[in-house]
Amino acid sequence: MAHEMTETAPLVEMRNMRVAFGGVHAVDDVTIDLYPGEVLGLVGGNGAGKSTLIKTLSGAHPGDSGEIRIDGQAVVIVTPRDAKALGIETIYQTLALADNIDAPANMFLGRELTTRWGTLHDTAMEDATRKVIGRLNPKFENFRSSVNSLSGGQRQSVAIARAVHFNARILIMDEPMAALGVAEKAQVRALIRQLQQEGIGIILISHDIHDVFDLADRISVMLQGRLVGTVNKNDVTIDEVLAMIIIGKLPEEVTEKELEELHG
Amino acid sequence: MRVTESPTTTPELIEVRGSRSVRSLLRAAEIDTRLLGMVAALLIIWVGFHFLSGGTFLTPRNLWNLSVQTSAVAIMATGMVLIIVSRNIDLSVGSMMAVTGMAMALLQAEVLPGIIGFDHPATWIITLVVGLALGAVLGGLQGLFVAFVGVPSFIVTLGGLLVWRGLAWALASGQTIAPMDWTFQLLGGGSRGTIGEIPSWLVGIVACIGIVAVLVSARRQRRKYGFRLRPLWADITLGAIGIALVLGAIGFINRYYLPEILARRYAEAKGIPWPEGGLNIPLGIANPVLLALGVALVMTVIATRRRFGRYVFAIGGNPEASLLAGIKTRWTIVKAFMLMGVLVAIAAAVATARLNAATSGLGVLTELYVIAAAVIGGTSLAGGIGTIPGAVLGALVMQSLQSGMVLMGLEAPLQDIVVGIVLVIAVAIDTTYRRRQAR
Repeated sequence: MAHEMTETAPLVEMRNMRVAFGGVHAVDDVTIDLYPGEVLGLVGGNGAGKSTLIKTLSGAHPGDSGEIRIDGQAVVIVTPRDAKALGIETIYQTLALADNIDAPANMFLGRELTTRWGTLHDTAMEDATRKVIGRLNPKFENFRSSVNSLSGGQRQSVAIARAVHFNARILIMDEPMAALGVAEKAQVRALIRQLQQEGIGIILISHDIHDVFDLADRISVMLQGRLVGTVNKNDVTIDEVLAMIIIGKLPEEVTEKELEELHG
Repeated sequence: MRVTESPTTTPELIEVRGSRSVRSLLRAAEIDTRLLGMVAALLIIWVGFHFLSGGTFLTPRNLWNLSVQTSAVAIMATGMVLIIVSRNIDLSVGSMMAVTGMAMALLQAEVLPGIIGFDHPATWIITLVVGLALGAVLGGLQGLFVAFVGVPSFIVTLGGLLVWRGLAWALASGQTIAPMDWTFQLLGGGSRGTIGEIPSWLVGIVACIGIVAVLVSARRQRRKYGFRLRPLWADITLGAIGIALVLGAIGFINRYYLPEILARRYAEAKGIPWPEGGLNIPLGIANPVLLALGVALVMTVIATRRRFGRYVFAIGGNPEASLLAGIKTRWTIVKAFMLMGVLVAIAAAVATARLNAATSGLGVLTELYVIAAAVIGGTSLAGGIGTIPGAVLGALVMQSLQSGMVLMGLEAPLQDIVVGIVLVIAVAIDTTYRRRQAR
């Protein structure tokens, strides 16, 4: 599972990314990379700029400056379509579901299957949706009612299913387990490990540091729009990562006293 | 008006009566209970007016007229559904009717005769094509302002309401343009503008074959993928009801005959001796009604079976999610407004053909009837929810109310009071119903 950085080329390189809203630098000169088959944890407090950073990769909000490389090739990502064409799928924190249409319609939104008459092939879409969601959430049944009648966990299943169905090479997961119960969380963890094994690169954003420690190979920490640093999970303790998140100091810079104060 | 749908308004009462089985029956048959409620409300209105008007409402003659009068609003209401579903509104449809109607009238009455001569067989086609194109351009222009400039549709189309009306006046310096081309007039219905008895039955048979084909293909699809099938009895019952309704309606309409004066003239022209009990020549389905039914069918396919329709609904449900899914949301909105413009032009053709004249006053306040028809038909002004058949039924409800009150001899202002109250009550019931369902 652990990659050899020297041998494999990065799947994604984001260099010197900047995004400003008005005069505020939401993302300020951030550089991260992601390798095939790797889970990169992206952590930081509220307003640290995590979601804004990944939006430049998913095409939801293009960056003001910086460079994105996929497989070493510089790419331009301006719209979500650009990102999807490059094999980048995103599970948004808000889930980004249209509440008034059903799960298959949401899963295939923008990429509908059609019959030879050019009409929507609803049965084929329902069939595919049943298969994908069935893996995540075997109890899921409401394939024909609008998603606003579903529970939080079921809605999250739809959002995850949508991201994994289209053979993504790069998967961005912004708080993918926020609304899930214990059993569903376990399913998603298993799914993440399986996808990782298939060589997919995953950027995982989570406020739950234990989830991140459990799943991530490396952890990038952001604070106030800047990158504090990227560490190998096996080289650090949870407290050291917390110190990066809260006071913005790398493990080698932080003192024993500061670590103790975190638990103050 | 959907007060009649008591299962939703007083659930406790129903449970006691043991009608739970009725509801589960409907659920098993996957029937849209809201649409069913509307049909029930319509039937109650019809029967009510029949008695109140002394037996003149449920006559072939009145229902035939009702169908013709409903067609223009119904045609536009199908487009208004998509506009409202996408979280927009179009207040300009009445004025746009006037300007497209005026343009079509000028073209066939003043421009084309100078080029290809009077009553040329191609006149109506050229006129209609130009009219539809104009509708698409005017609608698209409004759509561009809404989607790409970001002016709220309420404002853009309020501007359109003033501009198009003024333009309709300016085009002919306020004059009434008449008469219309001989063939073009057929679009409006009237004694010439119908398809006759046998073709009406043929339309009915085609519709029945269509119903069966849809049910069978849906069943086959679901079986192919191993999904749970709707119970066979439900499919058969649905098909039987549909076929009975279609054939019943056509049989009823076909009992409206050519008025005696015209029938005598016809008999004279054909050299047929005038028979004892009069000559009964059924008019059949009126052209504008056939046009409206065709539009409703096409719009239903667009709304439910095409990508464009799906995107309109998705945008109405969650514009941001639609954008993130890679939908070209702005173009989708522009297309919806273009489609609305085309439908307005079709309605304008029907209305000018029926009046056999175009005036700049055509369609005043029609936007409100069109919006009301869509909303009574279950379209939510919050966006994301609405159906084409609902809107057509809504248009029929509105026209039934008006026509019934005319038959009762109610004064026009009193009619407005009734229509206004019905509109508000209908939406109130719909809102309550939705809230109960959402629980």
